[in-house]
Amino acid sequence: MVEITLDVNHSSYKVGVEDHWTLLDVLRDSLGFTGAKKGCDHGECGACTVLIDGTAMQSCLVLAVQAQGKAIVTIEGLARDGRMDALQTAFHEVGAIQCGFCTPGMIITARALLGRNSDPTEDEIKEAMSGNLCRCTGYVKIVEAVQRGAAAGKTGAGTTGATNADS
Amino acid sequence: MKREYVNIGGRLPRVDGMVKAAGEAMYTGDLSLPGMLHGKLLRSPHPHARLLKVDTAPALTLEGVRAVITGEDTLKFLAGGIASPGNEPYLAFEKVRFVGDAVAAVAAVDEETAERALALIDVEYELLDPVLDPFAAMAPGSPLVHDDAPGNISFETDLSFGNAQRAFATCDYVRYDEFKTAPIRHGFIEPHAALASWDTSGRLTFWGSKQSPYFTYRNMAKALDIPMSKVRIMQSYLGGGFGGKNEMFNLDFCAALLSMKTRRPVRIVVSQEEVLYAYRQRHPAWIKLQSGFMKDGTLVAVDAEIVAEGGAYKGIGALSLYLMCTFLALPYRVANLRAKGCRVYTNTQPSCAMRGHGVPQVRYAAEVQLDMAARELGLDPLEIRLKNAIQSGDTTGNGFEITSCGLSETLLEARGIVERWRGETPADSEPHLKRGIGVASYGYLSGPRMAGHNTSAALIKVHEDGRVGLVTGSTDCGQGSDTVLSQIAAEVLGIHLDDVQYGGMDSEIVPLDPGVFGSRVTFITGNAVKWAAEDVRAQLAGVAAGLLDAEPDDLEFRDRRVFVRDEPDRGLPFAKLVKSAQYSGTGMTILGRGYWAPEDIDLPRFDTGMGNQSGAYSFGTQVAEVEVDTETGRVKVLRLAVSHDCGQPINEMLVEGQLEGSSIGGIGHTFTETIQRRRGQTMNASFLEYRMPTALDACPVEVTHTDTVDEMGPFGAKESGEGVQVAVMPALVSAVHDAVGVWFKEVPITPEVVVEALGRGAEAAQNADARRGADARRDSRDDGRSRDGESA
Repeated sequence: MVEITLDVNHSSYKVGVEDHWTLLDVLRDSLGFTGAKKGCDHGECGACTVLIDGTAMQSCLVLAVQAQGKAIVTIEGLARDGRMDALQTAFHEVGAIQCGFCTPGMIITARALLGRNSDPTEDEIKEAMSGNLCRCTGYVKIVEAVQRGAAAGKTGAGTTGATNADS
Repeated sequence: MKREYVNIGGRLPRVDGMVKAAGEAMYTGDLSLPGMLHGKLLRSPHPHARLLKVDTAPALTLEGVRAVITGEDTLKFLAGGIASPGNEPYLAFEKVRFVGDAVAAVAAVDEETAERALALIDVEYELLDPVLDPFAAMAPGSPLVHDDAPGNISFETDLSFGNAQRAFATCDYVRYDEFKTAPIRHGFIEPHAALASWDTSGRLTFWGSKQSPYFTYRNMAKALDIPMSKVRIMQSYLGGGFGGKNEMFNLDFCAALLSMKTRRPVRIVVSQEEVLYAYRQRHPAWIKLQSGFMKDGTLVAVDAEIVAEGGAYKGIGALSLYLMCTFLALPYRVANLRAKGCRVYTNTQPSCAMRGHGVPQVRYAAEVQLDMAARELGLDPLEIRLKNAIQSGDTTGNGFEITSCGLSETLLEARGIVERWRGETPADSEPHLKRGIGVASYGYLSGPRMAGHNTSAALIKVHEDGRVGLVTGSTDCGQGSDTVLSQIAAEVLGIHLDDVQYGGMDSEIVPLDPGVFGSRVTFITGNAVKWAAEDVRAQLAGVAAGLLDAEPDDLEFRDRRVFVRDEPDRGLPFAKLVKSAQYSGTGMTILGRGYWAPEDIDLPRFDTGMGNQSGAYSFGTQVAEVEVDTETGRVKVLRLAVSHDCGQPINEMLVEGQLEGSSIGGIGHTFTETIQRRRGQTMNASFLEYRMPTALDACPVEVTHTDTVDEMGPFGAKESGEGVQVAVMPALVSAVHDAVGVWFKEVPITPEVVVEALGRGAEAAQNADARRGADARRDSRDDGRSRDGESA
């Protein structure tokens, strides 16, 4: 067991971890950020996606020790100053949420996309979201929600969370 | 005609949407309790074996292990069974029957220790010959999965009305085809999870991921031999179900028994890999289908033989088979039907309900064959459907009473869509890209009558600030029932949706309810909620009548006010009325209760398929447009449309969500999804290898509703969650045929299958292409016959 420091949702946490523990397990079990969902634990479903320095990554494929010194944002950290992220609101309003289990990963992935491309085409949205599985919605309203989130970003409403790591 | 409502029919966002968007919604695997242990299950690596020895002693010596249980530690309760007693142990004893059957369970201080302990359990198996194919299973001398099931027959249904064999002789045209559907998975992203906490008073508190919490409540009491009053079932948010989370499973039982043994809370969350190979699947089906028609397209007779692979256990398979047979009687009029179904045991994972429950398999066959017949008869696929469409007031030969039906309306709507799409579709852009359009229709039920308890119930508690709390035992697995039920309560009470707080499942207060399956919740639980709200309204109306010096029947509840009808100024706010009732005199507790199930519905005859199964039936027509790449065999679905009769949609946005999810799911079932096994071992037990649709496969889905109102449904509503999944596969298969002239009688149609079929039918396809000039393409009526190509 080693003690590491993780920067999660704009706060610093000291936490004891084993070398082989994944970031997902530490977020969920040690720090209580259960908004990152464990769907497959193998990087196949995208439900555990978090922002690491602004890039969407599946936290089940990242070791906790690798995440030291990086800014980690989970779904719980997307709202700022009591205001929901525009994507969270958009997902709710257009009906892009059904069971909700994939939703945190979807919203985080979309936030990273809008961080590097504020005006994505429909194809770019589908491409970006294609690593996040959803069996409920058929993705139709999810694509619509990302489009609405992008439009809200252009008008300056609620663009919090990600920075652009790729540019 | 539809009516105008305040809280009904609009596009209201779901009541749990923001909590889910915020990441605050807790699913069972997110919950933990102080001192909680972690459980894991040891599973058989063999498809069929006798258990000679299960030695847990080495595992118990590992530091951190708190308990290990085997079948010998249980009361050997057998789960499942609808038409007859069940045969599935929660932990195997005597035999294991499929790769994944659970033989032991461990509770330890953490998951890693539990995992290590599993490896220390010493199991000695005597390998038995497995039966891995239903036809081999039925052959004389085949090994038996269950000793009391000769021929490995799990259940048989023999539905007959009219006289199909005699009627065929009178037909102008008879055709026979054989179809096959694949084993597929439900595909929920939340794996099965259970958390159990046993206390010294003998009470078990259980949080599960269950569509029907009361099924678990009932089985838990039986399997542990404890009073039902000691079983408290809680329900967290549920990460999708689609039929795969109906039953109580071994992890639920093991969490409870391990908690009893250790006096510690125990949580078990299985891996997605375990979900894939060790839990449930949709029944794969082999369907021999013969249909007879008159020249004008009138459907005269249908004869079907259905073999459904049931896997290792009975489960609820009798209902599955019954639905496969009876839905040959819907959605078209047919006077002569014989449907013989046989559910067969094999040494594979058990089959159960999945979205559409048995009906997608048979209707894929029947709809595709109907299209083939239409083309042979020179009829348009929509015309032959209109010709035979069932109508309001009809009763099917087996007794389904069709009280409201917009099927013809959906077909006319679909005709307009097809014409529009044909006009919009450009000529094939590249020689190897072929476009096609297909249609298929469906009927579905609004809640099946079960052999046992069938009534849904609701409780409404009124708070003194005028807000209300609503609970039912019908859980929301994502379909939006919490929202729909809250809308119904709000509408009756004349308050806003925001004023209704939907409470979670807790069997200590929430009344008995069958839960979520068979598209029953809006129709059945919705009526129970309506009754409960009307009960509240009647109590409050009594108080208001005194305050307003009016008759209770003359009062109107609207916009958070109660007033004398046509005299809006003679009234008071809803909240003030509630407070008056609660605070004055001896005070009242305003608590509404409602319970409901359709009356005069027959108990299902699983063996004969006779009787009226549901209080209402939904209908619709699906249209699909595809583009087939004849070089790679890949099929791209360009767009889908659904014209839908769900009666009055309670919430249009949620209904759309159901139709879109069902439709896109069907793309996977048609083109990519199948569970692959080798000697009983699942070879694609991961989301990477079992290919479900991703965002890249999504396409636009146009949704339209008919102007149908069901007299029995709450505010006229019927089913909307499952029916459309019935028609997706045949619509897509028909569209592929329209594009390349090949019929596919087996799904999924993977690229390999398409390329091989096109190679095989190259000559015929070329001929079909030659006949399909641009002009002929625009007129679907005239070229029906000429498009018929080779079958795959």
